[in-house]
Order: sequence, then structure tokens, then C-alpha cells
Amino acid sequence: MKKLLKLIGKYKIFLGFSVIFAAISVVLQLYVPVLFGDAIDEVVAAHQVNFDMMWYYLRQILVFIVISALATWFMNLLNNRMTYRIVQDIRSQAIRHIQVLPLSYLDQHSTGDIVSRVIADTDILSDGLLLGFTQLFSGIVTIVVTLIFMFSKNVWVTLLVIVLTPFSFVVAKFISSRSYTMFRKQSETRGRQTALIEEMIGGQKVVKAFGYEKESSRRFDEINKELQTYSQKAVFYSSLTNPSTRFVNNIIYAGVALLGAFLIPGGTLTVGGLSVLLSYANQYMKPFNDISSVITEMQNALACADRIFDLLEQKEETPDAEGVFATVDGNVTIGDVAFSYDKEKELIKNFNLDVKPGMRIAIVGPTGCGKTTFINLLMRFYDVDEGKILVDGKDIREVSRHALRSSFGMVLQDTWIKSGTVRDNICFGKPDATDEEIICAAKEARSWEFIRRLPKGLDTVLHEDSISQGQKQLLCITRVMLCLPPMLILDEATSSIDTRTELQVQEAFDKLMKGRTSFIVAHRLSTIRNASLILVMKDGKIIEQGNHEELLKKGEFYHKLYHSQFES
Amino acid sequence: MKRLEKFLRPYRRESILAPLFKLLEVVFDLMVPVVVAQIIDVGVAKNDRGYIVEMFFVLLLMAAVGLLCSFTAQFFAAKASVGFATSVRQAMFDHIQRLSFTELDTLGTDTLITRLTDDVNQVQNGINMGLRLLLRSPFVVIGAMVMAFTINVRCALIFVVTVPILFVVVFSIMLISIPLFKKVQAGLDRVTGLTRENLTGVRVIRAFCREEQSVEEFEEGNRELTRLNEFVGRISALLNPLTYVLINVATVLLIARAGVQVNIGNLQQGQVVALYNYMAQIIVELIKLASLIITLNKSMACADRVAGILDVKSSMEYKAVAGNDKVDDNMAVEFNHVTFTYEGAGASSLSDITFRAKKGQTIGIIGGTGSGKSTLVSLIPRFYDPQEGIVKVNGVNAKDYPQGELCSEIGVVQQRSILFKGSIRDNLKWGNDQASDEDLWKAITIAQAKDVVEAKPGKLDFEVEQNGRNLSGGQKQRLTIARALVSKPDILILDDSLSALDFATDAALRKAIGELEGNVTTFLVSQRISGIRQADKILVMDDGELAGQGTHEELMETCETYQEIYYSQFPEERPVVMKTSEKTEKGAAE
Repeated sequence: MKKLLKLIGKYKIFLGFSVIFAAISVVLQLYVPVLFGDAIDEVVAAHQVNFDMMWYYLRQILVFIVISALATWFMNLLNNRMTYRIVQDIRSQAIRHIQVLPLSYLDQHSTGDIVSRVIADTDILSDGLLLGFTQLFSGIVTIVVTLIFMFSKNVWVTLLVIVLTPFSFVVAKFISSRSYTMFRKQSETRGRQTALIEEMIGGQKVVKAFGYEKESSRRFDEINKELQTYSQKAVFYSSLTNPSTRFVNNIIYAGVALLGAFLIPGGTLTVGGLSVLLSYANQYMKPFNDISSVITEMQNALACADRIFDLLEQKEETPDAEGVFATVDGNVTIGDVAFSYDKEKELIKNFNLDVKPGMRIAIVGPTGCGKTTFINLLMRFYDVDEGKILVDGKDIREVSRHALRSSFGMVLQDTWIKSGTVRDNICFGKPDATDEEIICAAKEARSWEFIRRLPKGLDTVLHEDSISQGQKQLLCITRVMLCLPPMLILDEATSSIDTRTELQVQEAFDKLMKGRTSFIVAHRLSTIRNASLILVMKDGKIIEQGNHEELLKKGEFYHKLYHSQFES
Repeated sequence: MKRLEKFLRPYRRESILAPLFKLLEVVFDLMVPVVVAQIIDVGVAKNDRGYIVEMFFVLLLMAAVGLLCSFTAQFFAAKASVGFATSVRQAMFDHIQRLSFTELDTLGTDTLITRLTDDVNQVQNGINMGLRLLLRSPFVVIGAMVMAFTINVRCALIFVVTVPILFVVVFSIMLISIPLFKKVQAGLDRVTGLTRENLTGVRVIRAFCREEQSVEEFEEGNRELTRLNEFVGRISALLNPLTYVLINVATVLLIARAGVQVNIGNLQQGQVVALYNYMAQIIVELIKLASLIITLNKSMACADRVAGILDVKSSMEYKAVAGNDKVDDNMAVEFNHVTFTYEGAGASSLSDITFRAKKGQTIGIIGGTGSGKSTLVSLIPRFYDPQEGIVKVNGVNAKDYPQGELCSEIGVVQQRSILFKGSIRDNLKWGNDQASDEDLWKAITIAQAKDVVEAKPGKLDFEVEQNGRNLSGGQKQRLTIARALVSKPDILILDDSLSALDFATDAALRKAIGELEGNVTTFLVSQRISGIRQADKILVMDDGELAGQGTHEELMETCETYQEIYYSQFPEERPVVMKTSEKTEKGAAE
């Protein structure tokens, strides 16, 4: 709750005024019917109409409705601004926080989960909590004020309304508990149906290839029929709530009319008073319904708030050091490094490596052997548990992350393309690059051929699937080609480019790697054959190292790995 | 919308009865103020308690009958709308099954799924609400006006003026804000997209030190969204206060005029109360109507999208009976000057391809990314029709096979391995639902998946999760191959489907497939020379054209593209002078 107040912080005044306006508008809106009643009481019968008094009340009404309408309007505006601004603040805080969160957190949480916290949960929080608060407040004010006005008109009629109203809750509760079961079954069946749809439509090409269409239609039909039964019941039962509560309301209404009519001759109630009571009897239920739905919404919102704060309060990365590199030659020393993601399971230990400037280090080994982890450590996406990594003699924890990372050029296994133009994507590391520079880099990375043929060239807007995987990789390579950092990290960069294109890219890379320390991770042995040092990793350890010939001669793991390519 | 009408037709009775009963309910609602007026003007004025009690029971009776009418209406509406949605869903699903690959490519999986789920549900909601409420609100408004006329014409005139004004206000606010809501949605989509991007690209963003710019870009979208939201908010914030003022001003005028009418004896006090009540009913219904129209608007858009899917025509036609022009029984597959262009693509993906594959041969296909390898093999089971030329399978034009028959002769293993929720047995039986466990194990053994299946708890009964989530890429690939083998196809197509396998398994698998019993023709698509060099015939694809065909040895002599690919994979064998290297000979001898 405290955290929430902090968030609301600068909007406290908004909230205060919103509550005041809500109160004004509610009280006046409830008072206006009373005045109408008074006005009607002046209209008794032929030749018994007191026009002066009638107009006195009507004029009052006019003033009040204008004030009340203005108050409602102001309240709406304030609520609008408050909720949208708070949502904006939370989101902006979240995105900033994401930039400094340790990758271990981001790797462990699915993207969808974090996105839903930033987007959906934030919306629910602001709607549910802030609007909920004003609605709850006006609901309570409405009930209290209605009761006061009703009592002031007639005690007995009011008591009748208070006694009968709970019946409507009982009825609503009864129905909703019945329909709940059907809703559960409906959503269960719907879930199964969606799963089937996703499978069959997603795998439609397989379905067609195996002539499975009839069978899949039959399975769909089965679930569809089942869904129909449950849906129909769920829709029907739930739609009974409104008529039923309306029925109870009508009974109360009739009761008020009966009792009121009996009381008028006794002089304890006027005709206008009865009309006021009747209209209150109609509205009396509404705030109760509102409040109960607001409370569920607020509970919901609190759950969302928890999820948002969980994200916002995640510990940040260790603070950044101030240091910078003077110039980077490309000396990398790894001394006694130990690291694991899960502290229970050790992964990398006693890792030692000495890399001289311009060396080309190839890392090979079976999946899960620690190749990607190595990159995570070099780029300081993760910090080592023990030991240290030195770049040009400096511990990488003593320089700023920016300084370290901008001395590496990185192309990752899963290519990442941001939505935007081709140019935006290439200029990612160098926003002020000129078109000549871009084209030059693209030519060297062999991506210019396909970029040139895109409908708008560099200005083509890229979507998720508008270019092939191979083309995406070429773009990522171009991105690095443009920056020319002193060291390179290539993770499986060429895995889905065909071998001919790969050869061309390889030439470009050779040019790029000349004089630059580079680390290459690849399954494809042809890409790493001309490395100066090959690290063969297995289970987090370097089991063999040396160049291609040496390792082949050694006749061990690398030999096996290499020769499997030629067996047929 | 018209397109969907026929699905509602079986529920014509329900669709008429639902609104009808709803109208009956409204009639009883509208009578209430009249009865109350009678209580006041007759019962109270004459102090006739008996009459008042009588009227009280009339009110109760009306409430009860109203309730019954309403229940009936809800029942019919639920039956019609759910029944409608069920048949639309089934029709869509069946329709999608009939579409050819060309349409599936254009529409995209995600779209189809949303149409089938969310959109159909929205339409169901719309119809349900529409049947119950669309007629109700206008009927209440008009009914209230009519009732007002029966009470007093002069007073009723105020209704005649007020109601249209209210209509205009409510609907113009709606008309202005609905398109704006769409903009807001687009803004929200952008912010969501940017959030996702920041997460999926976190390594790249950090590697290029672009944190600040990413935040800035996000902030821009964020601010824009807030601005839009506030703008729309300001407009819709007007709705409540405006209608409130209008209706109350009208009521003030009503009472003022009623005062005059009562004074000259044309009207009684209870009737004033009745008029006052009608005014209140009108505003409630108008607001309901407005929100109903927003819902209906949404579901209309969804209905359009649903109908859009049903309107897509399959671009393929099938012969009812097999043609019998079997020319050359010895030929498994024959391409005759085939040219193919994907729907909407600028350039052709295959141009003028001609080759023959004899029965029992192994055909290797190699070439660069996007050179047309997969496209070529997807023409064999007639996933697509070529624009020019003829594809013959077993001597018969692929277009002359009745639906389903061609597929049953061909086993295709696609690049993306897709398995379905269910046991391994269920999955494999896709190929042939009559297959015995023995048959399945045989296929599994050939596909080198024996150790995979045996290691799983339950073996053949092991439950595969949706999309084969609980299997590794290599395991999935082997099982999809086994699935294709279960159908004992005459022609087996492996479209780069060994990519996730390690070298040893890859080799063993290719060997096992080479030894398949029967006269099976195999097509192997690969990027690796080692994957196809043993083939009886190799097709070399380059940018949609057939750059060469022949055996490995022939191509090494004649085909430049092939040589280029070869040396890119075996650089140390690049000879100074062309000669067959030791390794090639060794490989060929095996």
C-alpha cells in the first residue's frame, strides 16, 4: 500500500479533488429527485397549482443539475489524467528498470510474462485501483445519502426497502453459483478447443500432407458440440441474473407503491414524496452492485500491483565501474574462472585462457557444453563467480559495461531484428552513420544484394517475417561491420545461411577479423577451420585445445567430431 | 455479414422469438408507471384501499410475467447465438482444411487461429446481445413516448423534442470516439511491441550500448499513447454530464408544462409522476443502447473478418476419378518445363525446371538459401500448382489425382518438424491408422529413433505435448521421419529434415533409408554435400533455376555451381589442378 501511495505521489491532489467532485456530483444527483418531488407536490389538481413554489423548486433544480454535471465532468477529466499519467509513469519506470536488470532475471522470466506485467497489469492496476477508489467512494456516498433522503421522506417505506433489498443479492448469488460451474466447464472446453485449433491450423501443412483433414474435422466437431452444450447453458444461466434481480426490484417497487399509497391519506407522505421514494427504490440496488464489482476489481488490481512491484523492485545489476580502456589491443586473459547459473550445479570451473591480439578463437563442442555461457561472461551479461577476466590487463569489472561492450562486436545465434527500417537496424551501433558507410558495410557483409532488391531499399520497414532467417543474419553481420569494434564475438552466426553465402560472408569476416581478437562459436566445423586456436568444450571444461591439424592428429574428441561429417 | 446469415437460418424461430419475448417484457415495464399513476389518482385520491391492494397485485403479476418473458427471451437468444457460433466455427474449420498451401501462406496461421477463436466468440456475444437488447432499447424509448402521448399530448411534445436531441448527442460522441479507440489500440500495440523488443533484444541492446535510445524510443510511444488516451477520455467524459443536463432540463420543462395542464384540469397529479418516470426510463435505455452499439460494432467487424475467411476460395480443383493416362510406369516423378511463382511474389521461385526421377532412385537436391529446393519438392505432392509446365507423378499429371490420393502415395517430411499432442503411437499412426505396433517400431528403427522412443516412459504410449514441446529438435525430426515411413510411401521426400541431427545419426539414417524395402523413390533436400553425394541423381538449384543434374562425379566435372558449393564445404580439397581427391574416391567407394 505504501508503495502504491508513492506511485500516486504527485497525483495526490488529483485524487483529492476527484473525491470532492465525486461527492458533490453524487449528493446533487440524489437531491434533484427530492426537488422534483417537491415540485410535483405543488401540482395538486385543477386550480390548485402553486406556480411560484413550483418554479422556485424548478429553478433550484436547474442550478443544481448544472453544478452536478460540471462536477461529474471535472471528475472524469481528473480521473482520466490521473490514471493515464500513472500508467505512463509505471511503464516508463519499468522499461528503465529492465535496462539495468541482471540478465539472470530476464533469462528466467518469459518475455510474455514481463510484457504482461508492463502492459496489462499496469492497466488493470490503474483502472481497478484508482477508478475503483472513486467508484467505491461514490457508491458509499450514494448509499448513505439515499438512505438519509429516504428516511427524511418516510421511515416505514425506507425500512421496507432496506429489509427487502438483500433478497436481490441472494437471488444473484444463487444464480451466479449455478452458472459458475457451467462457465468453468465452458472455459475448460474452450481451452481444449483452442489447443486443438492451434495444433491443427499450425500444423496444417502436415495435416494436408497426411490427408488427415477428415479426422481433424471430426475431432473438432466433437469438441465443438461439447462446447455448444456448455456455452449455451453458461450464457443462459448468466443472463438470468439481470432479469431476476430486476424482478426482486419490481417487487420492492410494488411494495413501496402499496405502502406509500396507504400512508399518503394519513399525511405522513405526499404524492411527490412517493414519486421520490419510487425512483430511489429503483436506483437503490445499483450502488450495491457497483460496489461488489468494484471490490473484485480492486482485489484483482492489488494482485497486479504485486506483480508490477515484483518487477520494479528486482535488484539491479551490480553498480557500474567508472573505468574506461585507453585503447583496446585485444589481449584477453581468463584466469581460474568458475561460473554456474544454478549454484547447485557447477558448470564452468578452472577456466584458463590467454588470448593475444588478433587471435582467432574457435569454440566447439556439443550442446550445453558452455559455449554460450562463455560469451555471457565475456560480455559481462553475467559476472563470474570466481576468478577474473582481463581485457588488456584490466579486470572487466573495473571498467564500465559500456566501455567493455563497445569494444566487442557481437552476432548472436538467434538473430534479433527490431521493428523499423533496414537502416534503423544496421545503424543500431552507430546511429550517425552516413548512407555511404551503410552501403559500404552492407556490401562487405554481402547483404547489399538483397537489401537493394527490397521494395524501398534501406527504408523498407521490416516486420517479424518479412525477410528470411539467413537475411536476418546478414543484417546482424552488417550491423557489426558498420561499427568495427576491436574484438568480435560470433555465436553460430552462419548457421542458417547456405554454404555459398556463408563462404562469401566468411570472406567478409576474414577481412573484419584481420588484426582483431575474435571468438567464434559454431557447430559447423568448416567455419572454424582456420582459427588460430580451437577450444573443444565439454561439460563446462576445455577438454582439448590447439589448432585444427594438432587436434586432428591427437585423434580424440575433436577428431571424432570432425570425421563424422564425412561418414556416409 | 450476409455470408454468415445462413448459419443463423436454422435458428430462425429462436431469432424471432427472442426479441419478441423481450418486447413483451418491455410492455410490462412500460405499464408500471401507468399502474402507479392509477394508484395515486384513483386509489389515493378516493382513499380506496381495496383498489390499491388490487393494483399492488397487478404490479406483482406484471413483474412475474415480465420475468417469465425475459427468461424465455434469454433462452432463445442463448440457443440461437451459441448454435450459430458453433456452426460458424465448424464451417470455418472445415473450410480451412480445404484450403491449399497457397491460401494458407497468404492468410497465416496466427490470423486463422484468432478468427476461429476470438472473432467467433465476439460474433456470438454480438448476436446474443443483439437479439436480446437491440430492439429493446429503441422500443422502450418509443414506447415511453407513445405512453406519454396517451397521457397528455402537450406534455408528450417535450419528449418528441428531447429524444432526438439525446440521440444526436449520444451517437455523435460515439461516432467521434470509436475511430479514436482504434488509434488508441494501435498506440497500445506499439508500446507492447516496444516492450517485447526491449526484452527479446536485451543482449543486442546491451552489446551495442543502446539502452538510452531504447528507453527514449519507448518513452515516445508511451507519451503518444497517453496523449491519445487523454484525448479520447476528454471526449467520452462529456457523455455523462451532457445527457444528464439534457434529460433534467427536459424534465423541468415537462413539470412546468404539466403544472399548467393540471391547473386547467387536463391532467392529474399521478399522471405527472408517470410522465416523470417515463423520462427516467428513456435516459437509462439510451445509455444502454450506446454501449450496446459499441459491442455490436466490434462484433460486426469480427463478423466481417470471419466471413472473409469463409470467402477465401481454394485455388485448387480436384478430379473426381483418377485419369488413366499412365504413360511410363517406370518414371516416379517427372518435371516438364515447370515454372512456379508464389502468390503475390514478384519473381518466380522456379523457372523452367525439367528432370526425371526413375522409380527406386535417390534424388539429391542442393543449392543456396532461397534457391527453390523446398519449392521444387513441394510441387510433387501438389502442395502448389505450377503456373507453367507439368508435374507428373507415377506417369500421371499431379492435377489429375483425386483429392487425397496423391498424398497417400507420397511421404513428406517437412523442414519444420511438427508433432501433435497425443501418444507417440497416435502421432505415428497419422501415416496409416491401420499400422500395427510392429510396423511402427520398424519405421522408428529406420528413422534412428529407437533409442529415443525406448528411453521414454511408456515408449509408444509416451505423451507428446502440444507442438512436441517435451522433445528435442533432433528427436522430433526423427519421429516425423518415422511418421512418414509408417505410411509406406512410394515416394519419400526429406526436405532438409536432418538438420538437427548430429553427423553420425544423420549418416546412419541416410543409410537406412537407402536400404528401404520396396521400390521407394527418395528425394533428399540438403545444404550439405555430404548429405547428397551418394544420390543417383543430384539436382543443383541456383536462384530458381536448375544449374545442373547428374551424379556427384558428373557434376564435379561439368557444373560450376556444384563445384563452388563443394569447395565451400571442403576447402582443403580445392585443387590447384582439377583432380579427384583421395577423399572423394573413398567416399564414392562406400
